[in-house]
Amino acid sequence: MMKKFIAKAYIWLLLALLYAPLLFIAVFSFTESRVLGNWTGFSVKLYQNLFLAKMQGSATLLSALENTLLIAVIAAMLSTMLGTVAAIGIFNLKGRKRQTMNLLNSIPMVNPDIITGVSLFLLFVFLHISQGYVTVILAHVTFCTPYVVLSVMPRLSQMNPNIYEAAMDLGATPFQALVKVMVPMLRPGMVSGFMLSFTMSLDDFVVTFFTRGTIGLDTLSTYIYTDARKGGLTPELRPLMTLIFLIILILLVIINVRQAKTQKKKV
Amino acid sequence: MKIKRSSWSLPYFIFLLLFVALPLVLIAVYALQDSSGRFTLDNISRFFSDADALSTFALSLEVAIENTLICLALGYPAAWILANRKYNSSAVTIILFILPMWINALMRTLATAELFNMLGVTLGKGTLLFGMAYDYLPFMVYPIYNILKKIDPSYAEAAEDLGATPLKVFLKVTLPLSAPGIISGVMMVFMPTVSTFAISEFLTNSKIKLFGTIIQENINSSMWNYGAALSLIMLVIIGITTLFDNKSSSAAQEGVI
Repeated sequence: MMKKFIAKAYIWLLLALLYAPLLFIAVFSFTESRVLGNWTGFSVKLYQNLFLAKMQGSATLLSALENTLLIAVIAAMLSTMLGTVAAIGIFNLKGRKRQTMNLLNSIPMVNPDIITGVSLFLLFVFLHISQGYVTVILAHVTFCTPYVVLSVMPRLSQMNPNIYEAAMDLGATPFQALVKVMVPMLRPGMVSGFMLSFTMSLDDFVVTFFTRGTIGLDTLSTYIYTDARKGGLTPELRPLMTLIFLIILILLVIINVRQAKTQKKKV
Repeated sequence: MKIKRSSWSLPYFIFLLLFVALPLVLIAVYALQDSSGRFTLDNISRFFSDADALSTFALSLEVAIENTLICLALGYPAAWILANRKYNSSAVTIILFILPMWINALMRTLATAELFNMLGVTLGKGTLLFGMAYDYLPFMVYPIYNILKKIDPSYAEAAEDLGATPLKVFLKVTLPLSAPGIISGVMMVFMPTVSTFAISEFLTNSKIKLFGTIIQENINSSMWNYGAALSLIMLVIIGITTLFDNKSSSAAQEGVI
């Protein structure tokens, strides 16, 4: 009994510490004070400023938000397509070739962000490609695709290969067989690959920082970095962060509860 | 004409060569060149004679190792409790632990730094370690939890039946079996901490420079060759760590325990 109490207390203490900074930001998003930690009474003014774009430099913040979402959607879609086709190919490879592909595929996952960022920066310099949206998206596809490959692979091994052959025998073109037969069966793996890619792209700071060039392209991460280094955080970032925390929290709880349910059904 | 399906891996193969292999080669190429493109070892020797860079490098390794140990010390018991049916029966607690992994690290770090500021704690090495432990603890808990959860409880029961004390069961059965989880947790914490830059700047108010910051400063001030040389040195460290991961699990166990 005592042991159980100590174990539970330890877990909840760690969780409380982990969430303290997030709660702190959330609480202070409901006050007007420009200095964080200085409570000047309840107010939703920061939320109003954020949504009605009344704050200083709100145009840059909103465009940073837009860039972040746009880059994440495009990068996740491209990664899902590239990764799914690649997974089907790798699945049908054998021996040394398959090992080589698996090794190459794992490099972006073990590379720290700064190495990925610097190496891609040097690539674009070397090839004289001017850096901006396109290079950031290419860089994101580079570190997202391996995860798509890894999420689609298990689906392929669960699949009955005869179904694809049957479709071809019945007169489907390879493309039709892919779209009408393979994709529906691989969909769960593709969806989780897409979600992983999307969240990783949203999260990324370092790789974006090195590949965004000098055209003034900002994502939320680079905006926050520059803003914080100027000294002091723009107060309107507090409600924005709070909202992002909440959205991610709700999304992840829904996804995980659904997963837990389907797993229970299988058992 | 029938296309072999194995050839579907070709586009990705070319992509990987262009965006993964070639860029890594380019780090070495730039590191071994001067700014006019001649071959030289100056960039490498410059690092080894630069007292500032060397001490930053040592500090980065030290901070990364300390942070990894802190996360392991805090995270292992948490993972063990969460994986143990006696203490935790709901899946929600583990979800709560991994949720912060999905929230932008810069935001979390900034929030932590601001919390320290409000509490009147001076930013420095202490806050750096504490704040990094916040950031990376979930990455330690999750892989260890996953492995512990997969261990067949009958092993521990068998050891108990044969007369092992609970401590012995843990040291001789559970801990060795969870080594793969410990190793991936250590990798997931060590790799990002040794290379971070924004996080250390936020948590120490730029008072403490880590290796990542020096790389970033050099690249951003167009000192590409020296920046590439520093990246190459970091790549070597990472290569060594990865080799350690690939070693047979028994050797790895000795290293970890």
